Amino acid sequence: MLELKNVGKVFNPGTVNEKKALTAVNLHLAEGDFATIVGSNGAGKSTLFNAIAGAFTPDTGSITLAGQDITFLPDYRRSKFIGRMFQDPLKGTAPHMTIEENLALAFLRASGQTSPFSRISKADRALFAERLAALGLGLEDRMKQPVGLLSGGQRQALTLLMATLVTPKLLLLDEHTAALDPATAEKVLELTKQIVAEHHITCLMITHNMRDALTLGNRTLMMDGGRIVLDIAGPERAGLTVQDLLLRFAKQAGHDLDDDRVLLSNADEA
Amino acid sequence: MFSLSILQSALELGCIYSLVALALFLSFRVLNIADMTTDGAFTLGCAVSATAAVAGHPILGLFLAMAAGAAAGAVTALLQTRLGVPSILAGIVTNTGLYTVNLAVMGFSSNVPMLKTTTVFTLLQDVLGKDSPYKLVIAAVAAAAACAVLVWFLGTRLGLSIRATGDNPDMVRASSINTAFTILVGLCVSNCLTALSGAVLAQYQRSADINLGTGMVVIGLASLIIGETIFARGGIWVKALGAVGGSILYRFIIALALRANVPSECLKLLSAVIVGLAIAMPAIRAKAAFARRRAAAKREGGR
Repeated sequence: MLELKNVGKVFNPGTVNEKKALTAVNLHLAEGDFATIVGSNGAGKSTLFNAIAGAFTPDTGSITLAGQDITFLPDYRRSKFIGRMFQDPLKGTAPHMTIEENLALAFLRASGQTSPFSRISKADRALFAERLAALGLGLEDRMKQPVGLLSGGQRQALTLLMATLVTPKLLLLDEHTAALDPATAEKVLELTKQIVAEHHITCLMITHNMRDALTLGNRTLMMDGGRIVLDIAGPERAGLTVQDLLLRFAKQAGHDLDDDRVLLSNADEA
Repeated sequence: MFSLSILQSALELGCIYSLVALALFLSFRVLNIADMTTDGAFTLGCAVSATAAVAGHPILGLFLAMAAGAAAGAVTALLQTRLGVPSILAGIVTNTGLYTVNLAVMGFSSNVPMLKTTTVFTLLQDVLGKDSPYKLVIAAVAAAAACAVLVWFLGTRLGLSIRATGDNPDMVRASSINTAFTILVGLCVSNCLTALSGAVLAQYQRSADINLGTGMVVIGLASLIIGETIFARGGIWVKALGAVGGSILYRFIIALALRANVPSECLKLLSAVIVGLAIAMPAIRAKAAFARRRAAAKREGGR
């Protein structure tokens, strides 16, 4: 489904700020794969997402999605079939536009051959209401309200719905529950699992929660210094504890995982 | 103190200039771009419409003016989206270039008199009769049509994309909206409206002048902000109607000032003061509330 071959990126080459953000990254995701990614700050997790989403063109290598080479495709063309969510709930929705208008934007753009002058139809509204109702947040009764009135969790749930309203070929989740309070984060994560499973979406999720990294999806990737240093799946992954994972990481990367947030959020388990 | 004719001409001018307020609503409020092309695009509309009317094509002149305005908007948009010129500077650059273009359109003369020229207004006068409010009809129809088309447009997929472009650049970058394209369309439409305003005005007052557009962006903003302040905030419809209402109100204020014997040379200064005050109003209110709060706390503390 997704194939990264030898993808590399250096920022500010030749200056004192030179940063090897990605080094020879190879990754193959099968259709329906749900892989979690962990790693400390600056490991290249978000840079990897930016490369896949097209925020920059990699210096080396190629990116193929569903048989199409997208290495040089501009980001706005890629987002027709790549859904993306950020940590900041404010990033995914337009606050002064209504819930309905935000959904229409996500729906009309991704659903293909619609005229630029098409408007929100009754059928569209019915579909939006049905999908909103499935979130279980009561948003289906507030479709004419501006999104700016929603809470962070509600906005993030809405962003999730927008990213998956038309099933994407790939869903990129960049710590999308990290800015939410624990109960809301749990709810949004639950919705994510449910929607990803229901539509068999191929998915990459960055997290700093090691337990989530092991229990969610079917694969765990660990990144360090712009490389994927660990790729665990199948029975090997099933038997792994958080402690094992940290040990495996230290062995592969040559140093301990030293990210405060990772350690703090897993302090109770380690 | 107002004669009916003064009221009526203020209403007519308000409707004609409301197209500029609507244009700025699109560029300044919806797209969040301060579009300095406005002054030049307005004059361009005047020049094209006057020259076409003199040549015997008053109606065609309006459409040519709209096309010319859209082209001016396109230049500004391409400068900022494709060539990386900061948005305000892009508008100023286009505006400066337009000065020469406008002179050229008027045959390198600084004005086009059209005293005996057939205009859209004389055409309607011939149909409705000399005593009918034909000027008001055309001005109101232009304002209503522009308002309706703009509101309809902002509800379409393209319109929603343009609104999102101004509302949340972060979101737009992560969704499949090509901001270079939405900004291009937005600025084309807004300058098309501005030029139409100038085109109607030239035929209304039977002359075009190279300086007609000077300060137009400030006048348009004044109208827009007066509308926003006075009329309730609400959906797109309310906001668009507010812009029209603000423009009419602005013309009443100007008429009032003229009536109070404020010399017409001072009107630009008056506009500038109105805009400055209107934009500063939220900050002034916040300061006043803070001062009241502090004064109250002092009184309580002294007791």
